Amino acid sequence: MAAKPKLYYFDGRGRMESIRWLLAAAGVEFEEEFLETREQYEKLQRDGRLLFGQVPLVEVDGMMLTQTRAILSYLAAKFNFYGKDLKERVRIDMYVDGTLDLMTMIMLAPFQRPEKKQETLASILQKAKTRYFPVFEKILKEHGEDFLVGNKFSWADIQLLEAILMVEELNASVLSDFPLLKAFKTRISNIPTIKKFLQPGSQRKPPPDTHYANLVSNILQF
Amino acid sequence: MAARPKLHYPNGRGRMESVRWVLAAAGVEFDEEFLETKEQLHKLQDGNHLLFQQVPMVEIDGMKLVQTRSILHYIADKHNLFGKDLKERTLIDMYVEGTLDLLELLIMHPFLKPDDQQKEVVNMAQKAIIRYFPVFEKILRSHGQNFLVGNQLSLADVILLQTILALEEKIPNILSAFPFLQEYTVKLSNIPTIKRFLEPGSKKKPPPDEIYVRTVYNIFRP
Repeated sequence: MAAKPKLYYFDGRGRMESIRWLLAAAGVEFEEEFLETREQYEKLQRDGRLLFGQVPLVEVDGMMLTQTRAILSYLAAKFNFYGKDLKERVRIDMYVDGTLDLMTMIMLAPFQRPEKKQETLASILQKAKTRYFPVFEKILKEHGEDFLVGNKFSWADIQLLEAILMVEELNASVLSDFPLLKAFKTRISNIPTIKKFLQPGSQRKPPPDTHYANLVSNILQF
Repeated sequence: MAARPKLHYPNGRGRMESVRWVLAAAGVEFDEEFLETKEQLHKLQDGNHLLFQQVPMVEIDGMKLVQTRSILHYIADKHNLFGKDLKERTLIDMYVEGTLDLLELLIMHPFLKPDDQQKEVVNMAQKAIIRYFPVFEKILRSHGQNFLVGNQLSLADVILLQTILALEEKIPNILSAFPFLQEYTVKLSNIPTIKRFLEPGSKKKPPPDEIYVRTVYNIFRP
């Protein structure tokens, strides 16, 4: 039996969370090694497993994969979440890239100076409601199907659900103008593997707090 | 005959330059519509031509592609620049992602405050010499081939060449400690399609100047 994928990262969301989502959606069990000290991080760098000296690192199928998007693309292809042809694939890629842009803003927010936090939050919500959510609402409206691309569950659906839930943590009513996204959220959340991931006790990580932000900035030294 | 791809972007490098490089390397002729005013951008946005209201946008094969990485991956897939199987593809992906991180510093550089620009050149040089170039030098040394992956030209080679040449414009001796990369750069530059792109009169754009920076501010400033 193949070894379980092993994830090396901090004990928190950051750039690894989308990878956890994808593995969970595919029903693949994985192990995690949490970086807690600068020494651990430096050892990982010295061991030569981090291509550019950075995490996330995922050991899977005999490879040491780094670079978040490369890891996600590999897993999406492996689990058949990447559409049936090049045209579907590029649409999934575009939707995912847009969603990742939004999630990166959220991911970087805890590391901003306190006086910028309010402004950042407002900007995230504004972008979600005017730039990203309307696009996906329209896509769902136009084809009337359950999933974003090709009438089949794909990486784009997983990424969008993750983003929706993250934005809702910042403002619970953010989907109030997007009825189709509301239905999409319920529908995708009820997929058995995803439902399991959303339950307490799963490897899904909580929203970042000050402790997490301090841990990361100490280990990465910024 | 299929219509030529059409690129929508300001008349300068920015995020579109990698796309120009890959199309050129693949021997694909393309047209460009240069954004010069805010009004032009609004026209594209109001006409629903930009999925997330942003450029780069490339009209290709009946689609309007956005998101730099999605565009690059689509072109690479179409023109055999993405390896022969999933493992090669993933290696190429990782190398491209790392190189794009480095290229990002160059893209943002002209928009930094003048006082910060010199410091940033030092930062770029350090990142290149300590984090990125040693990795690629080692890869080339270990297999002794002319290309990074699978003994054939890939997206990884094109993006790395673009980045090396752009860095050399600012730091002429940046490859001095990397003999394999030096030879690699010469060999790639002599590939006929790339050689043509490097000659005067091609669609390769010059380094960003004040006019370019001002144009970008005028178009994108809220």
